[in-house]
Amino acid sequence: MIAIIDYGLGNLGSVKNTLDKLGVDSVISKSKKDIEKADGLILPGVGSARQGMENLKNRKLDKILVNEIKKGKPFLGICLGMQLLFSESKEGNSKCLNVIEGTVKEFSSEVKVPQIGWNMVEQKTESELFKNIPRNSSFYFVNSFYCLPDDKSLIFGETEYGVNFCSILIKENIVATQFHPEKSGQVGRQFIKNFIKLI
Amino acid sequence: MTEGKVVKGIQFVNFRDAGDPVTLAKKYDEQGADELVFLDITATTENRNILLDVVRRTAKNVSIPFSVGGGIRSVEDMRLVLENGADKVAVNTGAFNNPGLIADCANYFGRQCVILSLDARQIKKGRWNVFINGGKTDTGVSAVEWAKKAVLLGAGEILLTSIDTDGMKKGFDVELTKLISKNVNVPIIASGGAGKIEDFYEIFKKGKADAALAASLFHFGELTINQVKNYLKNRDIPVRSI
Repeated sequence: MIAIIDYGLGNLGSVKNTLDKLGVDSVISKSKKDIEKADGLILPGVGSARQGMENLKNRKLDKILVNEIKKGKPFLGICLGMQLLFSESKEGNSKCLNVIEGTVKEFSSEVKVPQIGWNMVEQKTESELFKNIPRNSSFYFVNSFYCLPDDKSLIFGETEYGVNFCSILIKENIVATQFHPEKSGQVGRQFIKNFIKLI
Repeated sequence: MTEGKVVKGIQFVNFRDAGDPVTLAKKYDEQGADELVFLDITATTENRNILLDVVRRTAKNVSIPFSVGGGIRSVEDMRLVLENGADKVAVNTGAFNNPGLIADCANYFGRQCVILSLDARQIKKGRWNVFINGGKTDTGVSAVEWAKKAVLLGAGEILLTSIDTDGMKKGFDVELTKLISKNVNVPIIASGGAGKIEDFYEIFKKGKADAALAASLFHFGELTINQVKNYLKNRDIPVRSI
């Protein structure tokens, strides 16, 4: 059973639809019980880091999530769900969950902001997460900010948009994507399927 | 860099005639469309429920982003559409008559969910005006000025339809698109005028569009999305291949 975290941001239905199509049991929830019982967690999200942290704190989800991650529960962070894992975000100068050391900053105005569209993800290394996904596949991005992990060895996928930024990050039980696999057609669905297989 | 998007527009006029939009949406997803835009042309109250049902079923059946526009006049209108599974909502006349709508929607849902739908017609050389009410009413306002204002208010993307080229199949409006693209820093979806494969190359290369939308061209099978993408790819316009 996968728990899709409901903190009031993000198109939760799309994530659930994808899991339904894959035949995976899931529940959209903000309850501590569901989250602790789940075999894996997905933190989606579209919106601002400040709003995201505020919503997580209001629902007391911030502490619960950090605990579950520390316990080793498989965790997938998507878009804002990836950014919130970091130490801080320049968006509203928000202190985030600090599970991954690093910052989140905005694309420079030399590119169109937000990035809205498909972009290639370069697989930096081999991983079960890339199984049956052709090299240099494109995924769907909607973001104005991008993540800079202090530890570069966590970067598993890189994408170019003015700068080369981290599009996939893996740290032990955490997988985080800046793109939306639930909106990335066939390859996106395969990516989620591969993540589920690792649980 | 982000690939050029090939967007399929699906217009609702009369559900009985058009065929099931959801079946169409699935087809275009499979054929490689990068995004879908549903435009509810009649946008009456009774159509609203049908539209929400279509949104819900589409969300279950396609795995690419889709946007919905037509008759959105309030945050509540937008909320219903997003809640039922759309990724973005396009606002046109509703936003022009009440620009605060853009700011409110962007604040609630984030600017990446808010598309400004802007219909423009050339008035004289170098000048395009914004038309509303289904392209029938000249507002007297410059398209560039309204685009800039809307982006400041929070529009994350612009769906730019050229009334001059729409339906003519003589090419997208390169001049208009280039002008708007130069003046705002959000992605632009060019719409109106696609007639042949070269038009797509032109609008990306010269028009500086980030996405090109076509409706009837793909609908009546004159061109396939794959043909367009292969053409673009061979001319160094990066596109998503599937």
